[in-house]
Amino acid sequence: MKEKTIKKNELANFVAGLLSDYQVFAPAKEEESLVLKEMQAEGDIDLDIGVGPVNTKKSIKEFFFPQKERFFSYDLTKPGEMEEPVLSDKKRVIFGVRPCDVNSISVFDAIFTSDQYPDPYYIKRRERTTIVAIGCNKPETTCFCVDTGGGPFSADGSDLLLVDLGDEYLVQVLTEKGETLVNGSSGFSEPKSGVLQKRDGIVEEAQKAIKSDIKIKKVKGWLDNNFDAPFWDTVHEKCIGCGTCTYLCPTCHCFDILDETKGEKGERIRIWDSCMYPQFTLHASGGNPRKSGKERMRQRVMHKFKYFVDNNEMVACTGCGRCVKYCPVNLDIREVLKQIQVS
Amino acid sequence: MNNPYLPIKTRIEKVIMETEDRNIKSFELSFINKEDEEKFQYLPGPFAEISIPGKGEAPFGIASSPTEKGVLKFSINRTGLFTEAIHSLEEGDIIGVRGPLGNNYPIEKFENKNVVIVSGGFAFTTLRSLTKYMIHEDNRSRFNNITVIYGARNPGLLLYKDELKEWGKRDDIDLNVTVDAKAPGWDGRVGFVPTVTKEVAPASEDSYVIVCGPPIMIKFTIPVLEELGFPPERIILSLEMRMKCGIGICGRCNIGEKYVCKDGPVFTLAQLNELPGEY
Ligand SMILES: Cc1cc2nc3c(=O)[nH]c(=O)nc-3n(C[C@H](O)[C@H](O)[C@H](O)COP(=O)(O)OP(=O)(O)OC[C@H]3O[C@@H](n4cnc5c(N)ncnc54)[C@H](O)[C@@H]3O)c2cc1C
Ligand code: SF4
Ligand code: SF4
Ligand code: FES
Repeated sequence: MKEKTIKKNELANFVAGLLSDYQVFAPAKEEESLVLKEMQAEGDIDLDIGVGPVNTKKSIKEFFFPQKERFFSYDLTKPGEMEEPVLSDKKRVIFGVRPCDVNSISVFDAIFTSDQYPDPYYIKRRERTTIVAIGCNKPETTCFCVDTGGGPFSADGSDLLLVDLGDEYLVQVLTEKGETLVNGSSGFSEPKSGVLQKRDGIVEEAQKAIKSDIKIKKVKGWLDNNFDAPFWDTVHEKCIGCGTCTYLCPTCHCFDILDETKGEKGERIRIWDSCMYPQFTLHASGGNPRKSGKERMRQRVMHKFKYFVDNNEMVACTGCGRCVKYCPVNLDIREVLKQIQVS
Repeated sequence: MNNPYLPIKTRIEKVIMETEDRNIKSFELSFINKEDEEKFQYLPGPFAEISIPGKGEAPFGIASSPTEKGVLKFSINRTGLFTEAIHSLEEGDIIGVRGPLGNNYPIEKFENKNVVIVSGGFAFTTLRSLTKYMIHEDNRSRFNNITVIYGARNPGLLLYKDELKEWGKRDDIDLNVTVDAKAPGWDGRVGFVPTVTKEVAPASEDSYVIVCGPPIMIKFTIPVLEELGFPPERIILSLEMRMKCGIGICGRCNIGEKYVCKDGPVFTLAQLNELPGEY
């Protein structure tokens, strides 16, 4: 792996330089939270906000898997004719993505790039995207990425990873896409002596800051044998089934397919859906295998920490903490996992 | 790259009203493009998503047999908005199909074995496909005895009546059609599917049994089969779940770590016994 450094005051220049060839997105403040926003002109997004301690409210997933996607459109008066959307192939850079969101791409890749049914919409968006991640020197209190197989500087899935060293960034060049970015700019230098040690210190410090107390293998072991445990009867009780956790989650990928029409024009769309909603599994006959909050909460936990592991050898949770932070009734997935692990 | 979400174009060649209550119609479709027909390879068992612009998509078992070249058949029970919309279509209309989706019956395993087909109601669709396939002259010699037990609440609700008559005349298939209660003009068997199964099923050694039907029928048939000595590895079921994508990614049809749309819909009872009872 190649390593470079860039002075903080050069960063804006580097990012601005990308604008001629790429669409650039970076975290920006919108009302009280951070969102990934498109940079329209040099300097219109303050890159320092993005590298502060807080992650964006919404995850990166909508860049590859938009909340609403058109599969094709049609005209009801012309049976059998479909028009497929032309997807942009403009290259883009998403800047300042946190490791937990970068790691979620592995989960999405496992689902949407299978050999049997590769998803052309997802793949097209993925191909045109370069990801510049930034490590987290100061993780939030809701973060638990270390427990789910990642870490505040875990780089899997990104093209460049920046490490904030105070007055400069250490830049880890992870892929060819990343290399292209670095080669196109004059702001990068070779790391001076001592820089890598400094980085190691920061990484260690950040890792220690995350209270790591969830043993994900132990959780899996319990889930393997406890589908019918009384635990599930009560753990869901607080949940009001709003679906916030699944919408904000960087790994949740359930969707519905439906038609929308206006007069004679119509579209077949894919739209985010949630396993926390009762209609999700309602059968034509009226039967429903997940009829109450109990079955639905169990599905959410089982899918993330057992079924997905059985099928893809990774958990479908990156420990980003969004569901912890934004659940209106404070249903904390970490607490659920901890209860499981002492069961 | 193939786009798994785009339906292929088919034309409705024939619409058959199957039942006296007028709720089940069969639709025979033909492929409009030759390449689509060539790509649509299947063995009995899978389903397809039928697509109607403005109405959406819904999954239906493929009732035709691959031995019926160029024909794709579905039998559709009218129960709600979507199936109502299909019922209103006519011969000559264009309709979309996405598939074949899911796995097929494990036909290789049936070779040189007795095969028992147990079905009730309109779940007979993919089993019609299987029966038709196995008794085709190219395939019949691959299997030993073929026993079909098919029941409906009353004679008016039986599907594929002409075909059943034909099969009844053949001596290389043991066809047992039954209705729940005596009915005027019915001189066939009367009795519930599980009871008839008990009477006519061959010895369970060297036999496979495939069961498809309403949950209540399955519930009472499985104990009968177990009593007859069928091990769970040789009891085969086809499941229905709420489905959308049909390709294992939209997340709604799983039972434990298995997706009914992709890993199924065909499972052995042994496989299902390993999974949580969430279906
Ligand atoms: C593998 C499989 C094979 C099937 N084979 C047949 C068959 O051969 N013949 C037959 O008549 N029926 C079959 N069904 C059931 C059929 O899909 C439903 O009856 C149909 O979707 C009902 O739609 P509706 O809008 O008329 O009913 P409604 O009850 O009005 O349904 C309302 C909504 O729910 C959706 N919906 C309801 N049930 C299902 C479901 N099971 N899967 C996906 N979406 C659903 C519909 O698309 C619709 O949007 C099969 C189902 C599955 C899963
Ligand atoms: S955010 Fe909280 S209340 Fe809403 S569905 Fe998730 S766990 Fe339930
Ligand atoms: S389950 Fe919660 S903590 Fe885990 S990735 Fe999803 S939103 Fe983040
Ligand atoms: S129908 Fe989408 S996962 Fe099975």
